[in-house]
Amino acid sequence: MPIQYYITLSVVLFCIGVVGVLTRRNAIIIFMCVELMLNAVNLLMVAFSKMHHGNALATNPDSLAGVEAQLFVFFTMVVAAAEVSVGLAIIVMLYRNTHSVDVNFLNRLKN
Amino acid sequence: MSITEILFWFLSALALMGATMVVISKNPIYSIIWLIVVFFAISGHYILLNAQFIAIVNLIVYAGAIMVLFLFVVMLMNLNSQTEPQKNTWLKVAGAISGGSLMLIMVDVVRSAADMQGKTALVKEGNIGLIKNLGRVLFRDYVVPFEIASILFLSAMIGAVVIGKRERDEPAAQ
Repeated sequence: MPIQYYITLSVVLFCIGVVGVLTRRNAIIIFMCVELMLNAVNLLMVAFSKMHHGNALATNPDSLAGVEAQLFVFFTMVVAAAEVSVGLAIIVMLYRNTHSVDVNFLNRLKN
Repeated sequence: MSITEILFWFLSALALMGATMVVISKNPIYSIIWLIVVFFAISGHYILLNAQFIAIVNLIVYAGAIMVLFLFVVMLMNLNSQTEPQKNTWLKVAGAISGGSLMLIMVDVVRSAADMQGKTALVKEGNIGLIKNLGRVLFRDYVVPFEIASILFLSAMIGAVVIGKRERDEPAAQ
């Protein structure tokens, strides 16, 4: 497939995530939109990995070019999992103190 | 149209529709279910790109573990559609316009970039996505980051427990 298709798909997914973060007020939905953006970037990285691999195969049939990008995707998933565990703990704590997950309640640092 | 293209367009449409529904659903539980659909579609894309290891890890970690965690938290808080009381229309319009502008700019850059013309992503062939090659590189070249990731997980686990721990004089949540 042409690489532009994959880049466009990732860009659109990322921008839907951005719109979700900007418009929704529910902390859990905002968190899910962040996950959506992370996944868009992962998809882009795998597509670039396969593009690089395809270019390298033309000169060397045993080439392993492009493996690193897929490992970076793996590490992104690891960091995202850790982030989700801590972030959901923070949201549960927030709910326990304010009985709401509306991020507009979080402006109390202003005063 | 070959079967690969049909699969590509189907999975892309599924992912985009799911992502849109995540944002516009009123009920957080529907958002989570649509996000699971998005993750399945993205895993399908990985399989199409012959990145089987990433596809399976995506299914297990995201669609399996993380989404169960989200669902658990939403159920714990007993959220429903009227828990989002402040409806600011201008905020939604402004967010949609700014996000749409970002998308238009980036799509136009991708469409007109000379570097990207004629480049293709290898579909259905190439063996770098197999766990044999990935594991070899992971444990040969990236073993230190791998071990650091385990420390990161341990600290995240301890952090979650410490954050969630109730103070001694705090009253129980009703």
